Amino acid sequence: MRGRWKYLVAVLATVLLTASACPAKDDAASPAAPAGAGQYPRNETLYTSGTQWGPPNSWNPIIPGHAMGTVGLVYEPLFLFDPQAIKLTPWLAEKGEWTGAKEYTVTLRDGVAWSDGKPLTAEDVKYTVELGKIKAVPYSPLWNWLSAADAVDARTVKFTFSDVRVQEWENWLYENPIVPKHVWSARSEADITTTANEKPIGSGPYQYETHSQDRMVWKKKDAWWATKALNLDVKPKYIVDIANSSNEVAMGLLLQGKLDISNNFLPGVANLVNGNFGITTYYPEAPYMLSANTAMLIPNTTKAPMSDAAFRRAMAYSVDTTKIVEGVYGKIVKASNPTGLLPVWDQFVDQTVATQNGFKFDTAQAKKILADGGYKDTNGDGFVETPDGKAIDLKLIVPSGWTDWMEASRVIAAGLQASGIKVAAEFPDSGAVDDARTAGKFDLLINNWAGLSNTPWTYYNYVFQMPVQAQQFGTNFERYANPQAWELVQKLARTKTDDPAYKTTIGELQKIQLTEMPLIPLWYNGMWSQVNSTVWTNWPSAAANAPKDFPCTWNNLWELGAIKMLTEIKPAA
Amino acid sequence: MRRYFGRKLFIYALTFIVAVTINWMVPRFMPGDPVLRMLTRTSVSNPDAIAPMRAYYEKVFGLDVPLWKQYLNYWAELFQGNMGVSVWLFPTPVTDVITGAVPYTLALLLPSILLSWWAGNKVGALAARRKWLDNSVLPASYVLTATPYMWLGILLAWSLGLVAGLFPIAGGYSFDRQPTWSAAFLADLLAHWILPFLSLFLVAFGGWAIGMRNLIIYELEADYASYLEALGAPRRLVRRYAFRNALLPQLTGLALQLGVIVAGALVTEIVFGYPGLGSLILNAITNQDYFLLQGVFLFIVLGVLIANFAIDVVYVLVDPRTRIGMQGGSA
Repeated sequence: MRGRWKYLVAVLATVLLTASACPAKDDAASPAAPAGAGQYPRNETLYTSGTQWGPPNSWNPIIPGHAMGTVGLVYEPLFLFDPQAIKLTPWLAEKGEWTGAKEYTVTLRDGVAWSDGKPLTAEDVKYTVELGKIKAVPYSPLWNWLSAADAVDARTVKFTFSDVRVQEWENWLYENPIVPKHVWSARSEADITTTANEKPIGSGPYQYETHSQDRMVWKKKDAWWATKALNLDVKPKYIVDIANSSNEVAMGLLLQGKLDISNNFLPGVANLVNGNFGITTYYPEAPYMLSANTAMLIPNTTKAPMSDAAFRRAMAYSVDTTKIVEGVYGKIVKASNPTGLLPVWDQFVDQTVATQNGFKFDTAQAKKILADGGYKDTNGDGFVETPDGKAIDLKLIVPSGWTDWMEASRVIAAGLQASGIKVAAEFPDSGAVDDARTAGKFDLLINNWAGLSNTPWTYYNYVFQMPVQAQQFGTNFERYANPQAWELVQKLARTKTDDPAYKTTIGELQKIQLTEMPLIPLWYNGMWSQVNSTVWTNWPSAAANAPKDFPCTWNNLWELGAIKMLTEIKPAA
Repeated sequence: MRRYFGRKLFIYALTFIVAVTINWMVPRFMPGDPVLRMLTRTSVSNPDAIAPMRAYYEKVFGLDVPLWKQYLNYWAELFQGNMGVSVWLFPTPVTDVITGAVPYTLALLLPSILLSWWAGNKVGALAARRKWLDNSVLPASYVLTATPYMWLGILLAWSLGLVAGLFPIAGGYSFDRQPTWSAAFLADLLAHWILPFLSLFLVAFGGWAIGMRNLIIYELEADYASYLEALGAPRRLVRRYAFRNALLPQLTGLALQLGVIVAGALVTEIVFGYPGLGSLILNAITNQDYFLLQGVFLFIVLGVLIANFAIDVVYVLVDPRTRIGMQGGSA
């Protein structure tokens, strides 16, 4: 027996020693390892995370939910949107201009090719736009106001509109990538919106290398049109995007320098930035992050008492946003402007409207609005009842596990309770919250799908879109029907940015939004971005000489200029 | 013998049918609608497209037929190795998703279950007889067995991974590698495997060691042990008898513990970002992915049943009384 015991100890010790020896050997070996051995040299590889929460499963650029970089690294749009200048910059297109009252002409760049060698032509652009005639394609409403797309010659496409929605069109131009006709036209209608599209063939700087359950690997293409046309060159030869099992894992990898850019929400990141851990963010101090979208408190306006504008206004006055910004987030987010417009759109905020009709945290004022509206505590339970005497008992739902939103919703509920509105925060799983939001079976929830774009039109479309359907998939979750406001939103879609009516229309919408309060803007969710400069430097930041493009790998941000980040970073010497 | 295994097999078959049925039922009676989830995710914005897309997805998922027929289809498909299409990872087939993850989970589970049982029993038996071992192993085992898998996992990742830098803290293999049949890759796999394995091993080890220690003490005080000693049998022989007797309840315990260890492995995988079934289950639940959930649970149910059956067989081999009883029964 004694002999066996020794034997056991010996075995265990061997196992442990071999295992602990392995990584040490490995660390020493990897930088020098040849690229051909199926390994990615560290100084040529960019490690990213924060976009994918599961195994990569789709490379279909038509449908959301594709692997990180499918649109941006592989498929590219005609234009990019430049958030500093608030205008479109040509990308696959050389130029685009209004050539008539209802006619827009796009000229493609010369020498753009798909990764299979075939040239990208006007036929591909026409084909991509016409995919919208399939009703299941997300951009199919385009054809309600576009009447024709014609390929004039190999490099020219002419679009004819039945209803010239300038803002909406410009939004389409940079948000949707062009797909190769010779690959996609072989697919059936149902296939186009459901295919996984493995090994995608695109025009962008990267091509598919490999993927597995926890990663997506892209490899730089030999020739990318922008190298010649724009003198841009993406620096990393490989991009390895790590699918997260949790933010904690991402934080660990970032601290070890095994991750170069993490676009995860890392609670307490302010401490890491200030604590000399080699991790930096866009701003060196509060708010640390750029603002990516507006987090809104969304009341279900089809239900009493949320159907009453006075009640909604009282709710707006009850929320202590400062406490959310400082207590919950540790100042890595900013409080929202009462209009909810993101900081990039500051120039469109009508300051007089905002000061006259804006709201701020003021419990006394909330109580006064409630009292004026006839909301009184008739049964003496400490909470108000509706003017016709019905008890109010609301639930605020946010997805379980979204710790920041869970904390924020507790702050919101406490604020509402202090004003006398009975609200409880509840945390169902994220699927259940999605269902409730889509089907309109909720009292209050938080949503942040009003994100950064080329125009406040997308924001007001999110707020006011009509008609209200039984199921709302992407806009107007509060189910607020105001034909006058919707009329203005459509007018805004048709107004050019330099038209004086553009600003006045936005002003009118602000007034309606602030008096009617269909939803309550609370704070700007950050564009979470933490970088480690051990291997790659020259990250975008607020510093004087640093690039200003978005340091973010989230899908939909590549076309907002984040792709340029890849051309600006440099390998550390 | 045949009757014994016949009866066992019948019970296992029955358990399997019931488990598969429950497995089919539970997701369907969970609140939520996977097709609505698909529509939300693919952002169908054109109201005219909602009805046809709903019909399309219902057909793909086989939800367009009455419930009883769905149930029969489910069995029919199951025997062809087809478990449907994942909702969360649409359009990947569930079988593909699971076969990608199962090797990792098995590689964690089998060694940790077997080694912890073996090592736990040995160490427990030794502890029962050596005061110094008893004073050190026993308290350590109590702490270990009471530690949640997740907590131990986080501690290990932090201490051996982040602070000491000995082991990688995430992934199934290094993020700069592609799977190849090379020694370097296998060493890399092993390095990523060791921490999740350790956290499973240590917790289970503690439990087995305590159990064995108590059983040995009990056995050494049994009448047969005193009788043997009175006859002048060597202590070694007495101990060997005690050990073999004490092993039997531990075997039964192993069968009972399997489910718990599997659950522990799932949590551990999430802590270490290990690409096994753990994170799949978590996401399948939050995304109302009936089919993936069914597939993963089916795998677990099958695994636990097979393991239990193996333990039944082993029981017959190690316990002569079962054999004798069976022979008596069949005579």
